[in-house]
Amino acid sequence: MFRIVDAKYLAPDIKLFRIEAPRIARKRLAGQFVIVRINETGERIPLTIADSDQTTITLIVQAVGKTTKLMNTLEQGSVIADVVGPLGKPSEVRNYGTAVVIGGGLGAAIAYPTVKALKQAGNYVISILGARTKELVILESEMRALSDELSITTDDGSYAGKGLVTDRLRALIQAGRRLDFVLGVGPVPMMRAIAEVTRPHGIKTMVSLNPIMVDGTGMCGGCRVLVNGRSQFACVDGPEFDAHQVDFSVLTARNAMYREAERVALQHFLHQTEQDVKEESMIAGAVLSTPKRAGCACHSTGKP
Amino acid sequence: MLNPLTSKERMRIPRQPMPEHAPEWRRRNFFEVNRGLDADLARQEALRCLQCKQQPCFQGCPVGVKIKEFVDLIVAGDFPAASAKMREDNVLPAITGRVCPQEEQCERVCLLSKRGHSVGIGNLERFIADYERQSGCVRVPPSAPPTGKRVAIVGSGPTALSAAGDLVQKGHQVTVFEALHQIGGVLIYGIPEFRLPKEIVADEVENLRRMGVDFQTDVVIGRTITIDELLHEEGYHAVLIATGAGLPNFMNIPGEHLCGIYSANEFLTRANLMKAYRFPEYDQPIYDCRDKDVAVVGGGNTALDSIRCAVRLGAKKAYLLYRRSKAEMPARTEEVKHSLEEGIEFMTLTNPVEFFGDENGRLEAIRCIKMELGEPDASGRRRPVPLEGSEFVLPLQVAIIAIGNRGNPLVQSTTRDLKTNPSGYILADPQTLRTSKRSVFAGGDIVTGGATVILAMGAGRRAAKSIDEYLCTGHW
Repeated sequence: MFRIVDAKYLAPDIKLFRIEAPRIARKRLAGQFVIVRINETGERIPLTIADSDQTTITLIVQAVGKTTKLMNTLEQGSVIADVVGPLGKPSEVRNYGTAVVIGGGLGAAIAYPTVKALKQAGNYVISILGARTKELVILESEMRALSDELSITTDDGSYAGKGLVTDRLRALIQAGRRLDFVLGVGPVPMMRAIAEVTRPHGIKTMVSLNPIMVDGTGMCGGCRVLVNGRSQFACVDGPEFDAHQVDFSVLTARNAMYREAERVALQHFLHQTEQDVKEESMIAGAVLSTPKRAGCACHSTGKP
Repeated sequence: MLNPLTSKERMRIPRQPMPEHAPEWRRRNFFEVNRGLDADLARQEALRCLQCKQQPCFQGCPVGVKIKEFVDLIVAGDFPAASAKMREDNVLPAITGRVCPQEEQCERVCLLSKRGHSVGIGNLERFIADYERQSGCVRVPPSAPPTGKRVAIVGSGPTALSAAGDLVQKGHQVTVFEALHQIGGVLIYGIPEFRLPKEIVADEVENLRRMGVDFQTDVVIGRTITIDELLHEEGYHAVLIATGAGLPNFMNIPGEHLCGIYSANEFLTRANLMKAYRFPEYDQPIYDCRDKDVAVVGGGNTALDSIRCAVRLGAKKAYLLYRRSKAEMPARTEEVKHSLEEGIEFMTLTNPVEFFGDENGRLEAIRCIKMELGEPDASGRRRPVPLEGSEFVLPLQVAIIAIGNRGNPLVQSTTRDLKTNPSGYILADPQTLRTSKRSVFAGGDIVTGGATVILAMGAGRRAAKSIDEYLCTGHW
């Protein structure tokens, strides 16, 4: 059991957790992740470690599907059944010269530890944060404190400049800036676009991939990605790979593998939550005989 | 000698068949297929034992269970004594009684097998273990006084559990580190519920806990803690690496990244450990097999476990694609029989060449080539050779690759002075299980490559003996 010592929203549906995990906190390096299983019936999902101190690790979670929505209902003092790590290879951090780190959406949280490490290694760090809209921009002040330059873009222009992170990257290149290293973290289309911007200029570019994982230790091979025509396991060979060699189409297709199941799980969860809320309000209303939960249709799976 | 019958009378008793659920019923659920012998059947079976002096069965058992003695105690009706006798040498009898390839071991050398059918040793072992479990009074063996020595075991599969049982009995303090969230390794994530109910593994683990073994889940040795830290910072006097062969092989043929193509490890982990067959009550999904054409590639127990899971998940067609012939299949005889009964179509001498997908990257079909057997290869089995012009295409939406594993490099790559062979397996002395690194031992699949539960347990026992010697003498 792993105890949450702090939980707070950074943006709508984006929540930061500090979790007591001293063994992981002591070991983890920038770019590494943990696998989390919330409870006995939970699935295992990978989450990048955003930060750590002596005894805790920080995870930043965006509620998208059932598991992340459930996770974001947890508060300070709640416990998580399983947190295992640190997994994956750490980011390849050295003094490249000028390093550009691009975080799209929640990617900012994943990029943050590497920005920190790149800065410590002596790089001139240019950070670019992109978000759909103003309120989804996260870690702005933290990134600003670490970066030599920071620029922000929003898709709808509600904050800073309207546009895409790749516009900024392209502008840097066109302005004749010498870029020695680019790290892109975010949605797959964004990472693919970054790869295409830097490819003609031969700039070393890494992306942090987010395939579906189960064990996170190389045992299942579910997270295999095609890099330079070769099969690589993101959990042990990655999660960071050379952006110019990644087959993003395969990644996109594989990440959509369970779309239907994810929809069912979410529906099931929302239905259940609704039932719970009804039940609670009935108890609060001092109804003497608590009605038995009717259960939804999706509960009717045969138990062995 | 408690058996009242003469040898001739004993030999006239036919082997008692294992009662099992009907194929039509069981192929749609995950209940255990074999129902187990009852006391009458067990006693009848035990009466068949000739109580021969040579005891070839004892020689044939990788962990040296005193089979003749426990069978005799079944004849006497003293089941608790029979189980105590078995536990002297085997800490996981309810498990081995179910998953051992007995026909290759104790039962193969049984004198009766030359004259028909051997004593059903595996079935009797299972009966005794289940009897003990259901009686609720499992008598765990006593432990020697504490030695003050601490042993860390990496992994919690059969090698780890059997070593832990032996070491704790010698009075050593034992901690087992598991990377997953549940103890049992392949017994939990790999072997399906219908062959080995998880409750049984949990009970055996609980027995070890009662004996004093400390289990820690969610710890990846090599990542969370390294071997060197275990020895130099955490105060362990010896380490046993028993991580299994956990890096799945793929075929490296076109289309292998399509959705719907799994390693057996992943398919089984989702189905067993994560209980995907109870989705959405359990969150982890598995590719929808309902009304799909599913094939497994391979011919071992893992292949059969995978395809039988797929059948239970609702597959319309279930194929086993194996490049050699049925005679070369390494799977247990009983599993082959059960699979055929459950409607799995064996396409032997068949090898995949390419996978085809639709515009969304989902598997649609597989192209295979027929094979013929040529000259024997390094394994002694006749090497399959492709037959020119025999290619054919099969519609397929789910494929499971069960062609073995390589050594998982996590531990080796983070441990100084630990020597491995070119396949990534750890080099260890076959008898002492000592590695190239002082105080570090290794056993099971991470040394031998993929083998069986009982061979892994045998390695665990040898490791325990060797570790005990090292801890007592201090000589490396």
